[in-house]
Amino acid sequence: MEPKLVLDRHQFDTFFESLHKHGYEIIGPTLLDGAVVYAPVDSPDELPVGWTDEQQGGVYRLKRRGDQALFGYSAAAHSWKKFLFLPTLKLFEAYRTSGGPEIRHPQPDVRRRAFLGVRACEIASMEIQDRILIHGTFQDTAYVQARNAALIVAVQCLQSGGTCFCRSMNTGPEVTRGYDLLLTEITGPQKHVFIVDVGTDRGAGILEGIALAKADEADLKHAGDLVDEAAAHMGRVLDQNGIKELLYRNYEHPRWEEVAKRCLTCTNCTIVCPTCFCTTIEDVTDLPGGKAERWRRWDSCFTLDHSYLHGGCVRCSGLSRYRQWMTHKLATWIDQFGTSGCVGCGRCITWCPVGIDITEETAAIRSSGDASSSIFGKKGE
Amino acid sequence: MAGKRKPRLAVWKFASCDGCQLTILDCEDELLSIAAEIEIANFPEVSSAIMKGPYDISIVEGSITTPDEAERIHRVRRSSRFLVAVGACASSGGLQALRNFKDVNEFISFVYATPAYIEALNKSTPVRDHIRVDFELQGCPPNKYQLMEVLSACINGRKPAVAQHALCLDCKRKGIVCVMVANGTSCMGPVTQTGCGVICPSYRRGCYSCFGPMETPNTDSLASWFGRLGMPSEDIVREFRTMYGWSEAFRRESEAREKETKA
Ligand code: SF4
Ligand code: SF4
Ligand code: SF4
Ligand code: SF4
Repeated sequence: MEPKLVLDRHQFDTFFESLHKHGYEIIGPTLLDGAVVYAPVDSPDELPVGWTDEQQGGVYRLKRRGDQALFGYSAAAHSWKKFLFLPTLKLFEAYRTSGGPEIRHPQPDVRRRAFLGVRACEIASMEIQDRILIHGTFQDTAYVQARNAALIVAVQCLQSGGTCFCRSMNTGPEVTRGYDLLLTEITGPQKHVFIVDVGTDRGAGILEGIALAKADEADLKHAGDLVDEAAAHMGRVLDQNGIKELLYRNYEHPRWEEVAKRCLTCTNCTIVCPTCFCTTIEDVTDLPGGKAERWRRWDSCFTLDHSYLHGGCVRCSGLSRYRQWMTHKLATWIDQFGTSGCVGCGRCITWCPVGIDITEETAAIRSSGDASSSIFGKKGE
Repeated sequence: MAGKRKPRLAVWKFASCDGCQLTILDCEDELLSIAAEIEIANFPEVSSAIMKGPYDISIVEGSITTPDEAERIHRVRRSSRFLVAVGACASSGGLQALRNFKDVNEFISFVYATPAYIEALNKSTPVRDHIRVDFELQGCPPNKYQLMEVLSACINGRKPAVAQHALCLDCKRKGIVCVMVANGTSCMGPVTQTGCGVICPSYRRGCYSCFGPMETPNTDSLASWFGRLGMPSEDIVREFRTMYGWSEAFRRESEAREKETKA
């Protein structure tokens, strides 16, 4: 194993320079309109220095930290999905010519990007999307290109957020794989350093030319303690025990009606979810009908069009749409792709405008569940 | 489409502010290509040369507020092959439908020197309440790209790509930080149909639903959340009583909340 290194806070500018020198555009955490978001950052000053957040169902607030930590917040407002699996993507243009239709494909975006500040749950969510978009039946070329071009600079969570439950989902808070470089931030009155793990040669290349000390025992212990502490302070829990069977048994549970009364079918939970991958295809034409464009846009199982078959929509009620979403995330995903579709990042809870909580809904079904039978079987089957 | 005659377009005004028609004129760059593909046969705001019907596409702006309009809209329907109602007035009764919640004769007696000259219907109603409408384009005023899309779809013989889901989906596609979650600002986005381009949240203010209800608006849940954000019931009533106040979903909600304020 590579020895762990120490990057001093004062060397962070040099670290940024090195990333730039290697041709990477840096995408990292920064403050925007009252939240931490991932966006292009040019210098460490643009990071959320000394900021953290408080998250509950439907509520997000920035707060000052007592220190100058760069990565002292929990899950950011939007996930990295928007850089890998673009919200809108032009697939092609078609022109009417005398020799028939002529198709033109847009130039692929081949920018190299360094993702700075990727969390354990976010690596897990990328792996879930990889399974679908790279290793599935069809390859999504735009995703493959963006994913291969992305350098992952991960960070260990210093603290878990109020809506986080990655521990329940076995996806965090400790980063153990899937990174090029991994930083553990240690802040104290005397020092501010980052313990660096090197995951790949590509990551090692970035560190070349930066004079890094070797981490000593005390630093390593400190780093380990921070990760343990984050794990001990998870905001939420989602009991995974027999989850698939539990939900399959309870398609007719009265709790779905309760949640449907609150659900706005607004799509926010699906769009902030780092694993949701539904899209819709839209064709537009110009007035003379000589040119057409085909666009792909993020879609959601909360829209009526999502389940539109000829003549009508299959999931007309809010109930059936919320149930589809939650059971897909937590249960049918397992049958479909071999893992849960949820990594426990808590975004769907925080960014639901009315604070609907997937952990609470599951717990409610579990505690009163199995009292009702369903089309999929009876209690105890 | 060589040899074929151009589709003929008519634009009709009922009780409205003209904002929708201005949206058509605002398609500056596209107007030439509209004129190349469509014969503007009856559009008094653009040209005094008015050709007789029938028309292939009729765009109707405005609500029905007078006995005369209630008759005229039938004539428009008879002379139109494809009829599109555009804007809040045509699709829900508009801002002037706020009078529907009160007694119109009282307003008339206050406003006009000689109330006897005024002939108005009790209620301001959407076009759909009077005739069959082929397509409704929401928005006060509607979005010009959506308007172009509807025209383009009409003449190219396809379904218009006009989404009916919540504004939130486009808000998130644009990467905007939710004003309600992050700032505690009330936002009608979750019950509002997308189409405006997410203007208000882009400027850090809540949506006030100038595009009207989305496909399945859960107004009760959102109104309750507004209450939790600290909004008094009277203000919740007002949130649902703007240009789409007479749409069924918003009307039911404001009436239910109004009862609460009186209880
Ligand atoms: S379902 Fe919710 S908690 Fe789970 S990964 Fe998606 S957004 Fe995160
Ligand atoms: S669960 Fe929340 S975020 Fe998801 S559709 Fe319903 S109201 Fe919107
Ligand atoms: S700001 Fe408004 S429109 Fe945007 S996600 Fe929040 S509630 Fe929806
Ligand atoms: S955000 Fe809402 S109020 Fe603002 S322009 Fe769009 S639809 Fe109208």
